[in-house]
Amino acid sequence: MSVFSTDEIMTIAASRELAGARSCFVGIGLPSVAANLARSLHAPGLVLVYESGTIGAKPTRLPLSIGDGELARTADVVVSVPEIFNYWLQPGRIDVGMLSAAQIDRFANLNTTVIGSYDQPEVRLPGAGGAPEIASACPRVIIVMRQSKKTFVDKLDYRTTVGFGDGAGARSRLGMPGAGPCVLISDLGIFRPDPRTFEMTLTALHPGATVMGVRDATGWDLAVSGDLVETLAPTDEELEHLRRLHANSKAKATD
Amino acid sequence: MAEFLTLQSAVATYVHDGDVVALEGFTHLIPFAAGHEIIRQRRRDLTLVRLTPDLICDQLIGAGCARKLVFSWGGNPGVGSLHRFRDAVEHDWPHALELDEHTHAGLANRFVAGASGLPFAVLRAYAGTDVAAQSSSIASVTCPFTGEVLAAVAALRPDVTVIHAQQADRAGNVRLWGITGVQKESVLAATRSIVTVEEIVDDFHDDRNAVFLPSWTVTAIAHVPGGCYPSYAAGYSERDNDYYEAWDDLSRDRQVFEDWLEHQVYEQARAR
Repeated sequence: MSVFSTDEIMTIAASRELAGARSCFVGIGLPSVAANLARSLHAPGLVLVYESGTIGAKPTRLPLSIGDGELARTADVVVSVPEIFNYWLQPGRIDVGMLSAAQIDRFANLNTTVIGSYDQPEVRLPGAGGAPEIASACPRVIIVMRQSKKTFVDKLDYRTTVGFGDGAGARSRLGMPGAGPCVLISDLGIFRPDPRTFEMTLTALHPGATVMGVRDATGWDLAVSGDLVETLAPTDEELEHLRRLHANSKAKATD
Repeated sequence: MAEFLTLQSAVATYVHDGDVVALEGFTHLIPFAAGHEIIRQRRRDLTLVRLTPDLICDQLIGAGCARKLVFSWGGNPGVGSLHRFRDAVEHDWPHALELDEHTHAGLANRFVAGASGLPFAVLRAYAGTDVAAQSSSIASVTCPFTGEVLAAVAALRPDVTVIHAQQADRAGNVRLWGITGVQKESVLAATRSIVTVEEIVDDFHDDRNAVFLPSWTVTAIAHVPGGCYPSYAAGYSERDNDYYEAWDDLSRDRQVFEDWLEHQVYEQARAR
């Protein structure tokens, strides 16, 4: 078995979740890496949609921004920003939304706005972008983020994006059409919502991770599935595709 | 009909202290040269409007031009923070910055309402978030047909919208293509507009679908090749991603930023 990093297994596990998906609304950073890996491996026909209005983008390197020229040049169609949100995202035409955040809570609500108080923030983060509507409208949502007590918190400093709100029934009370975050993938394991409480529950450990280690990196009293499994180690093929994607991006960036 | 002006006179004539100024272009076609001209003419107390403030608002905020920012995502795309924006919000430097923040869908629809001549726009958004509670331009409305409760966002009508486009013809019609963002909506929503262009052409030949803004919807056009650098103009230039990465270091330190401002913005005026 090849040696791999925790970031690599996180990205690869996230890309596997896209198998069978038709289209994915992609954010920059970890989600973009996972979605591009999926298109080269687990979901070859996957339609990548970026909020810049590029539908069906086929980048050969990882874009630095959601509006890189290559996304527009390789897209099936390019539409305006009002159109991408109103006609394409809002009615649920995009199967899967893939998001990341600075903080997440046990119900997969996300903070990308501030650390500290809103009026006197310790750290001012970028803000909402497309995330709240992606999390509301997409039939399925996948969240990818590195895990620590600072990122997996008991209480968000700010609720930018709703996952499952305050638990069971919250999404339908809020009139959110999509099913919400069906999976959360960190560098330590995989979490899925409990079907009754909607609390994110540890369902798989990445090779080398322990339940105690995951608990130590979680700011709330973590629920662990009775059927806990080990995440399949990355195959050589998966690692090769992921590393090639990163290498391509570095090489082309210096052109 | 649009009048052809130099960038200097377009900004002098149509951007005033205290104005609500939208500078649009979603990653692509960001009107940097116009932003620098606003800094050089030392406009103050502006309300800047931009979905993604990007480096252009970071520069205007750091230079002290802005009193308020209306936005939906304030980062350096793919790189990290906007340090001048953060310094203003976290430490009131060079002075305090008021925020009115939205989601992309919400702010885009505020422009749609403005362009449509409606008081507000309706969308399914913001439910359950802290974003809605933070802004006086977000409310809810009940659908008279189904009873569904939806978000209402107030129309946005900038005093002036500034964009960069690939081409204008000699009659002042403006043509742009590629990622088109909210440029059309933000120009039609505004009282006045300034468009900088890469090139002025004799005519657009048969490509009438790409006439994006007819001459009579635009106030002023300035010929500024490369006016969107370090962003890009499809068909003319590539995005300078290295510049965006370098800005992360350059903008972290107040003194380094002020040196940049002096040499790259103010001195350009003296050289003219």
